[in-house]
Amino acid sequence: MSVPGSESGRGRVGLFVTCLADLFRPSVAWASVRLLEQAGFEVTVPDRQTCCGQPAYNAGDLPTARRVARGILDAFEPFDYVVAPSGSCAGMLRLHLGRLFESEPDTATRAEQLARRTHELTEFLVDVAGWTGVAASFPHRVTYHDSCSSLREMAVRDQPRALMAQVQGLELVELGDRDVCCGFGGTFCVKYPDISTKMVSDKTAAIAATGAETVLAGDLGCLLNIAGRLAREGRPVACRHVAEVLAGTNGTDPIVPVGP
Amino acid sequence: MMDGAAAARFPEASARALGDENLQAALRLLGEGFQARRTDAVERFAAFEDARDAAVAAKTRTLRHLDRHLETFEARCREHGGVVHWAETPADARQIVLELLTDRGVRVLSKGKTMVAEEIGLNGFLEANGIEVIETDLGEYIIQLAEEAPSHIIVPAIHKTMPQVADLFRQHHDQTGAELFPRRTPADLVAEARAVLRGRFLEADAGLTGANFLVAETGSSVIVTNEGNGDLTQTLPQLHIVLATIEKVVPTLADGAAILRVLARSATGQDMSAYTTVSTGPRRPSDVDGPAEYHVVLVDNGRSRLLGTPAEEVLRCIRCGACMNHCPVYGAVGGHAYGWVYPGPIGAALTPALLGVETARHLPNASSLCGRCEEVCPMRIPLPKIFRYWREQEHAARLNSGRMRLGLAIWGWLAARPRLYRLATGAAMRVLSRLAGRSRRFRSLFLASGWTQSRDFPAPAGRTFLNSWKQRS
Ligand code: SF4
Repeated sequence: MSVPGSESGRGRVGLFVTCLADLFRPSVAWASVRLLEQAGFEVTVPDRQTCCGQPAYNAGDLPTARRVARGILDAFEPFDYVVAPSGSCAGMLRLHLGRLFESEPDTATRAEQLARRTHELTEFLVDVAGWTGVAASFPHRVTYHDSCSSLREMAVRDQPRALMAQVQGLELVELGDRDVCCGFGGTFCVKYPDISTKMVSDKTAAIAATGAETVLAGDLGCLLNIAGRLAREGRPVACRHVAEVLAGTNGTDPIVPVGP
Repeated sequence: MMDGAAAARFPEASARALGDENLQAALRLLGEGFQARRTDAVERFAAFEDARDAAVAAKTRTLRHLDRHLETFEARCREHGGVVHWAETPADARQIVLELLTDRGVRVLSKGKTMVAEEIGLNGFLEANGIEVIETDLGEYIIQLAEEAPSHIIVPAIHKTMPQVADLFRQHHDQTGAELFPRRTPADLVAEARAVLRGRFLEADAGLTGANFLVAETGSSVIVTNEGNGDLTQTLPQLHIVLATIEKVVPTLADGAAILRVLARSATGQDMSAYTTVSTGPRRPSDVDGPAEYHVVLVDNGRSRLLGTPAEEVLRCIRCGACMNHCPVYGAVGGHAYGWVYPGPIGAALTPALLGVETARHLPNASSLCGRCEEVCPMRIPLPKIFRYWREQEHAARLNSGRMRLGLAIWGWLAARPRLYRLATGAAMRVLSRLAGRSRRFRSLFLASGWTQSRDFPAPAGRTFLNSWKQRS
């Protein structure tokens, strides 16, 4: 449990849960809370949060994206840090929020300030917190999928690997073509399903080629896409968010249980 | 001319492309070939990132005063005996070229690789006017035989497998009397094409090339090739026509050199292309060869309209092809699916500007915004940002689907009302979770067929996190 105002606290973190973790896989959020608390931060989950606004932003619907973004600004302004278990949502807050308010200088300034305090979870734990206290065991061969936004917007690549290296028994086998998109892309995957299918099939083939039992990633969007395709292909590979393994909360079932 | 309307049929064309086994076999070579070679080239050249910055700076400076640099180019070109023609539209450009040819009684035109000629539909127009066009770039030659359009900006016939090319040669070469080869290896095919083309170069009364860039301070045009075909095209005949779009001009030779340092590395992974040829005016008395006349046709076709808009950065493009070589969407469907001259990410950014968002709206949408194109683009063009810009134009003009707009409106309305959102999503997730049963997945789902046609849809846990969290605290 968090200890509000605790003296040992290293700062107040507002957890940006992400809409996918909130709705589909709460275990990712629980794991994030646990990791942040283990690292010595006081974690708050502002209950006025919903989504980062990307569905509208990437669809070109700026007025809607703006409406959602205002809620985020209000909800997360009081915290020292905003941390999200997703490179995609963190990227939205860090790189795109300000652009939404180009015509409102005051709001744009608020957005820029929020952007500077926003981090992806593993990046925060490693680069900001300098935390090396992972206390988890996962005696499995795993592979790791880098989401495009983690990689290219948030410069997250080594951080999850540094944390995974601390997990007892975890053996990491790197994916071939690991910087290639899995084909999720938000609404892209349903607007252009044939192309998306080709992309995710290439990805699941690369995953199978590693011989890993579990594929981990830092973004639920990719994971739902990959898990859904693995299940359809009947490939026995489990999918989990990396935070679940790092926090040792992997008692829950993987995303889509392996098997028929 | 390639029918611009084909860009509107991207979904159908891409579905066909995914089912085309020859195309898929040809596209598989992208990863092993171009991507690996670019990576090697970049690793060999420690100053690559600095070179990128320098090239970007050169081009950015150019675009700021494009009109001035173009005027300088024209003046210098004239001093060296060249003639500059201005064409605002494709029709203007076609007419200028045709008149240059017919005024001099030209019947056969040899042609180096130029995308602008595709853009203005030059070949078909000239042929309809009785002028024979000989493509001298091997890739362009192959697709000319196949009567197809290029599917890549630097490898026009990348969609063709070797056996397909061998077939084409069998159909078209056996009667020419030229030396033939066994057609078992790529080298055989190159040798045979050379043998056939060598004779044809000499038949041409005029040569037309593109330009990788134009140099304002010297009035020169510069082309880079690997086959040397461009040199023969522009030095053998009496008339050399350069076809270039206005953003190809750079102020100085040094600026051009900055571009050359990143161009071949990004394109083919070479440090330099085999031939870099600078042409300045027609032959001078002291020159051993060269054309008697040198004309440059400068085409605008919508470029000047882009200046000052958020899409203006596409004008930095040096047509290296790296973005398409690394694009997973291009890698899945190839170039023809894009339906117009420029495929891949640069096509998705440029085509809406040239053909209109209404026609080309699919192209910037058919991207997962993965950003790999921007990562490798030597000119640091923010391609995903430009895709978003076109999507914004599309949404503002209400060109996207009604279902999409309605979905976004409902979702946005809810997402801006956290308490209601919590209630609604809480109930929806509870129901979905129960419906999924023990398998924890859906094989099909109402309104989600795009997803479930090829993927199971993972079931939500049941209780949302935020609803559970409230009870903890
Ligand atoms: S957009 Fe960039 S990567 Fe693509 S062709 Fe142009 S310069 Fe090359």
